[in-house]
Amino acid sequence: MDLQIALLLSQDGIVNGSIYALLALALVLVFAVTRVIFIPQGEFVAYGALTLAAFQAGKTPGTLWLLLGAGVLVALIDTVIAVRAGAPGRLKRIALWDLALPAVVAGLVLGLQPATLPLAAQVALALAVVVPLGPMLYRLAYQPLAEASVLVLLIVSVAVHLALVGLGLLFFGAEGSRTTPFSEAQFNLGTLTVNGQTLWVLGASCVLIVALALFFGRTLYGKALRATAINRVGARLMGISTSMAGKLSFTLAAGIGALSGILIAPITTIYYDTGFLVGLKGFVAAIIAGLASYPLAAAGAILVGLLESFSSFWASAFKEVIVFTLIIPVLLWRSLTSHHVEEEE
Amino acid sequence: MMQRLPLIVFIAVLALGPVVLPEFYVTLLNYIGMYSIVAVGLVLLTGVGGLTSFGQAAFVGLGAYATGYLTTAFAVSPWLTLLIGLAVTAVVALILGFLTLRLSGHYLPLGTIAWGISLYFLFGNLEFLGGHTGLTGIPVLEFFGLKLDTGRSFYYLIWLALLGAVFATQNLLDSREGRAIRALKGGGLMAEAMGVDTARTKIVIFLIAALYASVSGWLYAHLQRFVNPTPFGLHIGIEYLFMAVVGGAAHVWGALVGAGVITVLKQWLQDLLPKVFGQSGNFEVIFFGILLILVLQRARDGLWPWLARLVPVKAGQRAVADAAPLPRREMPVVGAVLLEVKNARKQFGGLVANNDMNLTVKAGEVMALIGPNGAGKSTMFNCISGVDPVTSGEIAFLGERIETLASRDIARRGMGRTFQHVRLLPTMSVLENVAIGAHLRGGKGVLPAALHLERAEEARLLAEAKRQLERVGLGEHLFDEAGSLPLGQQRILEIARALAADPCLLLLDEPAAGLRYLEKQALAELLRKLRSEGMGILLVEHDMDFVMGLADRVVVMEFGEKISEGLPEEVQKDPVVLEAYLGGVE
Amino acid sequence: MMTTPILEIRELCVSYGKVEALHHINLKVAAGQIVTVIGPNGAGKTTMLSAIMGLLPSKGEIEFQGEVQRDIEVEHLVAMGMTLVPEKRELFGEMSVEDNLLLGAFQRYRHGDRDEGKTMDQVFATFPRLKERRAQLAGTLSGGERQMLAVGRALMAKPKLLMLDEPSLGLAPLIVREIFHIIADLKKTGVAILLVEQNARAALQIADYGYVLETGSVALEGESRQLADDPRVVETYLGLGGKKQ
Repeated sequence: MDLQIALLLSQDGIVNGSIYALLALALVLVFAVTRVIFIPQGEFVAYGALTLAAFQAGKTPGTLWLLLGAGVLVALIDTVIAVRAGAPGRLKRIALWDLALPAVVAGLVLGLQPATLPLAAQVALALAVVVPLGPMLYRLAYQPLAEASVLVLLIVSVAVHLALVGLGLLFFGAEGSRTTPFSEAQFNLGTLTVNGQTLWVLGASCVLIVALALFFGRTLYGKALRATAINRVGARLMGISTSMAGKLSFTLAAGIGALSGILIAPITTIYYDTGFLVGLKGFVAAIIAGLASYPLAAAGAILVGLLESFSSFWASAFKEVIVFTLIIPVLLWRSLTSHHVEEEE
Repeated sequence: MMQRLPLIVFIAVLALGPVVLPEFYVTLLNYIGMYSIVAVGLVLLTGVGGLTSFGQAAFVGLGAYATGYLTTAFAVSPWLTLLIGLAVTAVVALILGFLTLRLSGHYLPLGTIAWGISLYFLFGNLEFLGGHTGLTGIPVLEFFGLKLDTGRSFYYLIWLALLGAVFATQNLLDSREGRAIRALKGGGLMAEAMGVDTARTKIVIFLIAALYASVSGWLYAHLQRFVNPTPFGLHIGIEYLFMAVVGGAAHVWGALVGAGVITVLKQWLQDLLPKVFGQSGNFEVIFFGILLILVLQRARDGLWPWLARLVPVKAGQRAVADAAPLPRREMPVVGAVLLEVKNARKQFGGLVANNDMNLTVKAGEVMALIGPNGAGKSTMFNCISGVDPVTSGEIAFLGERIETLASRDIARRGMGRTFQHVRLLPTMSVLENVAIGAHLRGGKGVLPAALHLERAEEARLLAEAKRQLERVGLGEHLFDEAGSLPLGQQRILEIARALAADPCLLLLDEPAAGLRYLEKQALAELLRKLRSEGMGILLVEHDMDFVMGLADRVVVMEFGEKISEGLPEEVQKDPVVLEAYLGGVE
Repeated sequence: MMTTPILEIRELCVSYGKVEALHHINLKVAAGQIVTVIGPNGAGKTTMLSAIMGLLPSKGEIEFQGEVQRDIEVEHLVAMGMTLVPEKRELFGEMSVEDNLLLGAFQRYRHGDRDEGKTMDQVFATFPRLKERRAQLAGTLSGGERQMLAVGRALMAKPKLLMLDEPSLGLAPLIVREIFHIIADLKKTGVAILLVEQNARAALQIADYGYVLETGSVALEGESRQLADDPRVVETYLGLGGKKQ
């Protein structure tokens, strides 16, 4: 291997690593706030990318129908609960978020012919379709089990993952798609060629990480999420409801997932089931961080990205084996440094 | 006999199966049988033990590839490759177990996801294993000259293996080791305090589940006579877990129900859905996913409890047979110092919960530790019993330093305890809860338990549990669910459980809370009797009548420190104590 | 004397599994008053507060500000003006004192109130020590400071009813004195206080009315001055009652 190849591989590794970093951050966030190990994160990556691809191909993505359907289902369930509890005040909120919002999004998608819109509008529209699925998913699958053990929530996650992968196949078919790059520009740094999309991915990841840091450090809602992660009872006593925190963290995770998918879709061909492996690599990074530390998760993600790109050069058939085997030494190290008798939640 | 009737009918129907059923159904039942073997392991691991694995399919693959490779490449006898496959599986399971089982519960399943994917890619990329096309020409099994070359003949082998796994698992759960396994979910800390090595127990059930999966893989390879990576991927691993959860993760027979339902449903949906959607693909996963979420939300216990209600057989109430008493430990002489705490300090972050605590307990005395809420009494208890070790200072028990020992090692040395917040297994019987206390007085392991070769020891353990329950006055409740007792009696149950370990020092954390007047008197009477037998008792209690009437000496704590010590009458008059209890602003 | 109760609970029962921990509790808190619930350990005081706050399922009726609460949810009650300072404080240990206080105003912020800065100044005026420590992490505070932060955080919600669970728990006498003076001062701001305490003498000194809870039922109630002199209160605590029989 010469320097140029090494540089090329590093560049690849860092680009992928920055996507894994975003996903790892979302996974750590969701776990801290809700104790959910968010396996379906990867499906949001695929849904984001493929929804955008469908727009560009002039098709109506199936995710739109999923959004409408999930909205109606959530509205039905919550209306029944609100009526039983004698709290008609909640109905307005339900109508707004679960019915009106999906309807408006559907109206835009069906009315605007997204294929003719500028890329930025297509991206915004794709996010508008996919991101609301996050909180709806929390409401339908997880909220009824909010008090259950991590293990039960994990099994639910796996079930959700399967259902979403199946739906992904139904919506988008088995063929993969690529989207138009954000930028066709190319830059030469010495012998290394850097293309515009690479810079987009890196730049967007950095902006997103800074935005997240500001959200958690400066805004009251961000602090409320941290508070829930630190002390659930304490947060409830401040009026921060567990379900609100859950929906908010799922919204963020869905947004990060969908955006990650949109960012890499011009570089990699995305299939309906690509997201799972991408998300799992985010997980390897999150596990490196013990599902707790954000900076460690980001560093771990870059490590995973580099390891992946270099092993694809040396032993491409065993790329996945090498990346997933990485967690063995990580677990060994964690196991040797942890000294507590596990007591069930 | 009546209780066994459904089982006998079931086995008879099973045996008739291949004789009367068409080929298609025999094949279906063969698959259900092989899947069930894996699911039984998951019931043990997930439903009972509270751990889980998404990588069981990879263990199935290990069993299948071990025999596939060795029989085709080296013509090794399939019966030998079964053992080799089990050995390889055991090694991998032990490594994974040691890596993940000491960490929080969710690292094991995450580890198994990663390992499931890795192994799948490995199978598909290793040339000597045939890559993605796999291995063909795996030999037919021969059994004393009988060739098992048809689905019908193989059927009996599969279902014999499955019934073997079911009975071995049931036997295991109904034993000393089984009680330890059942304590893992929701009672880990208590079990450790009773002497159970929970980390070892977790590894044991993970190993058993992996070995069952390996057997299933061996069967699969010789039934199909070829293997490729597809049936050992992560999604199949997830399906195995679905079978266990849908069937009823806490019930061994639920594994069969789950495997049956999922297999039949999958067959049906795979036919139906592509027609409905007009395209081909694995759409059944959408339904499985939603089904599983609904099962977890609506019926966490799965289908089996619901089915079991349809079979009108009640579990018979068992009697506890008389058995020779267990050997007892030699009690220290009355007046000998049992426990000595010197300058103990416990800190949680910046908070000092215990500071400079000193106390002694002698054989044949009741020492009471009192003080207002938050004074650090329970923290002191946890330090002494090794549940949460001291930050600094010395604790000696029977002359031996114990402050760095694990709680189970301290229990082994003869210290028994109860908990302030009752820790028992609410759905287990009163008798079994107390038998956990006698864990260290038995020694038979998992294998004898699975084969029920340890019945003599088990009878002695249960007889001991019964004796202790009668002693504390719960003799009428042996077979009640522990969770159905009033709180006060649950506390008494904890005393019986501690006594079942045959301790020489008893740590009781608020034993009289929630008891009625007469019950308190009976408890005081029991403690006096234990004292007269030479037992040392360290007691935390808030009922002052109870304490003052019973204790030989009293230590009063406030803000984590000792503020007074002496005879009950002295302490009661101490102005420092009055101030601590009643407080005052001016 | 109880003219306009801000909180009235009727026949409140709480069970843990099959075991009833609270039996038919009746209790009133008038606007602008301090009512104390005293009693020995394990009497059910914390259980009672948790049930009122909606942290535990209960039977019976809870009327807050003249409205019977049908759908008792913590978040809803907080928005209506009820706050609880729990026995364990439940602070956000890895966040700063200031952030802890800000989160106290979360429910009001959510409903459009944006005066959290002003409220925080008022809290700092009450607890100058918190102002000194505003940038420090809550987990590094001393026991007394933690209690002050817990009370201060609750005040950020501008409650109409403040419920305090054992504010003296684990605190040195001097700090207890300080906390009780502050509680007595809070009354002057018009907030009604339900004070659960083991420290009976201190609680009765600042309270208007008191209840004695014993094994899940109200054993005694009355004006706090009368209760303070009642010999039965002392018996409940030190178990001298049994000796006399």
